[in-house]
Amino acid sequence: MITNILLCGVGGQGTLLASNLLAECAMREGFDVKKSEVHGMAQRGGSVVSHVRFGPAIHSPLIRKGEADILLSFEELEALRWSELLKPKGLVLVNRQRILPMSVSAGSSVYPADVFALLEKLPAQVQAVPALDMAKELGNPKCVNVVLLGVLARRLPGIKRETWDAGLRERIPAKLLDLNLKAFERGWNAQ
Amino acid sequence: MEAREMPQKAVLSGNAAIARGAWEAGVRFAAAYPGTPSTEILEYCGTYAEIDAQWAVNEKTALETALGACYGGARSLCAQKHVGLNVAADPFFTAAYTGVNGGFVIVTADDPGMHSSQNEQDNRFYARMAKTPLFEPSSSQEAKDMTAAAFLLSEQYDAPVMLRTTTRISHSEGIVTLGPRQEAPARELERNMAKYCVLPANARKLHVKVEERMKALEEWGCSCPWNRVEKGDPALGIITSGISYAHAREVFPHATFLKLGFTNPFPARLVRDFARTVKTLVVIEENDPFLEEKVRALGIACLGKDRIPVCGELNPDILAASLPEFTKTTPPATVTMPAVEIPVRPPVLCPGCPHRGVFFLLRKLDLHVTGDIGCYSLGALAPHNAMHSIICMGASITNALGIGKAMGDKVHGKLVAVLGESTFMHSGITGLIDTVYNQGRHLTIVLDNSITAMTGHQQNPASGYTLKGKPAPVLDLVRICEAAGVKRVRVVDPFDLKALETELKECLAAPEPTVIITKRPCFLLKGYKPEKHVVSIDRARCVKCGQCWKVGCPAIERDPTDGKTVINATLCVHCGVCASVCRPGAITQDKGGKR
Repeated sequence: MITNILLCGVGGQGTLLASNLLAECAMREGFDVKKSEVHGMAQRGGSVVSHVRFGPAIHSPLIRKGEADILLSFEELEALRWSELLKPKGLVLVNRQRILPMSVSAGSSVYPADVFALLEKLPAQVQAVPALDMAKELGNPKCVNVVLLGVLARRLPGIKRETWDAGLRERIPAKLLDLNLKAFERGWNAQ
Repeated sequence: MEAREMPQKAVLSGNAAIARGAWEAGVRFAAAYPGTPSTEILEYCGTYAEIDAQWAVNEKTALETALGACYGGARSLCAQKHVGLNVAADPFFTAAYTGVNGGFVIVTADDPGMHSSQNEQDNRFYARMAKTPLFEPSSSQEAKDMTAAAFLLSEQYDAPVMLRTTTRISHSEGIVTLGPRQEAPARELERNMAKYCVLPANARKLHVKVEERMKALEEWGCSCPWNRVEKGDPALGIITSGISYAHAREVFPHATFLKLGFTNPFPARLVRDFARTVKTLVVIEENDPFLEEKVRALGIACLGKDRIPVCGELNPDILAASLPEFTKTTPPATVTMPAVEIPVRPPVLCPGCPHRGVFFLLRKLDLHVTGDIGCYSLGALAPHNAMHSIICMGASITNALGIGKAMGDKVHGKLVAVLGESTFMHSGITGLIDTVYNQGRHLTIVLDNSITAMTGHQQNPASGYTLKGKPAPVLDLVRICEAAGVKRVRVVDPFDLKALETELKECLAAPEPTVIITKRPCFLLKGYKPEKHVVSIDRARCVKCGQCWKVGCPAIERDPTDGKTVINATLCVHCGVCASVCRPGAITQDKGGKR
């Protein structure tokens, strides 16, 4: 069976590190894995998305519409934008954070007032995660990505907790490791 | 560099895998000019102690230098994005005639879908036109394996070899089995004028050799392991290559495949034999019908671009929709989206970007701006709307020269070319010389942010460091402009909008070509810590005039309740540009008593 995870957010939020860790841990667990995202121009505060697919054998790195098992969104509006790839009855994990697109701050378009009410209309399970607040409590809002990774990890029974810990220790620089292990733990325990 | 203890397997991007393949093949030299989606190839090459990896000034110098290294006996590589090969096309074509000494591989990273590019050209046609053998990997593992194979083939057939990736190969990641480095046999620098001096008399003979070589390579391509049949239901036969193979395997798992990894010269015999074994033949390609044209030229009927779009990036959904009668599984059920307008989120200039104020003034003075390729291309987007043409690297200056020639006095004092310092060095300097020589009168603004920023911060000749982080001589941009013959060259801090506006007006009034260099590092530059002068807003004084919204800063927001400006404290980096443009003095910057 193939697991398809879509991670989305805004350039600069750290989706890349989270998707890298996910792919690394899936490989360590013995799965074939493919991951795809676009770098470059889109990263300058634009909408960013990573496709991560793992299972016995993966060909295309891209998730088809209707095949994303889990959508992990680092930002509320982006959850709405990318939920069209979601599998019916799939899971949407959304960080409670709003980052206004330029058109909204300039007043030429409107940020939907209640994203969660709109997401609730989807045939999916939606869970809001106050990951930014959790990261701030841990002392560094930048570790929001690893908090969210912890939230996601708890919902991926195919990858063992030890594998995650080993992956984090391998990929995170020593001086940031302690903070990120705490961030992961915090996400892991968030219900 | 510390010794690398490599695990057996790693998750690598296509670009990392190409660098790894080059290293394993004993490559000693690599050069490139950065360009999405190719940039990381050289960055990864630079992490290997055994590879002398360097940023070149442009793709032409990169290719020529790597070719020189191959003449000097080293296995060498150059890499560029698709449009970069346009710049390097001149030496690329003739390198096919001279052939190689050490193995030589040219990587082209194409960008279907134009995620970060100005066109969607399919560079496989370059290989055909230049008579250069071509590999097309479909995964990271193949990217590594084919890179290594390309070096051996290059030496075996005395030919430069092209490896073509696309964004979804370069930037997708997959599991790669790693191998050890194998040093290449030592080769001496040879003096062989009949081979290396392409004077007409020599080139005529070399061309004959090129044609013979392509015949031999066609035979090789028909029996090499990179072109293979994957047996399935003979009712549907698919010929495909590159990322299209990965998508096609996903959508048509039951089909019989002719999976082509070595596509130029075209393996005609293999294709003919394959076509005979299947009922319906489909050629699946992204963008242009590179293989399909050859299939049809053999007189073989097939489906292809009559079904599959030429424009845009391919994906499994598009493929399934293009060939619905051949899919065996029903398309996945999808969710119905709530009916709501989702605001788009295009890329923007970062908070603290030194380019922001420049575009504010260019728009304020209503100037005609010829633009160029870099972060500052975003100056064409709202709310800046201050860039009126963008073509290719370096075109800003020469486009302005031509517009000046066509429009004469009507545009004098209103015409500005804008480009970054890296782009200026890449191919702007020649345009500036042209401007002086041919007596153009426009203003050129060189945005010097001390780094090649858009592609993710690569060093360049004006930054003072090499690709490997070693100190390097710093190019003096002022003296370059002066040496070109520009009499008025001014350096201005782009955060000082008052000084910049004065200088803009004076330069534009001059009866001769002028240059302004705006000098301030990219705010994201590592180690750049400008003194912080706190910016704040007295909302009682905000009159909603909208000046600050026109600077297009992500940290400037409009409060939906009262319509007044709010500064987003988590995004603001206190550059002060908004304070400079605030008319009622609501936004202010604490400059230690200066204002």
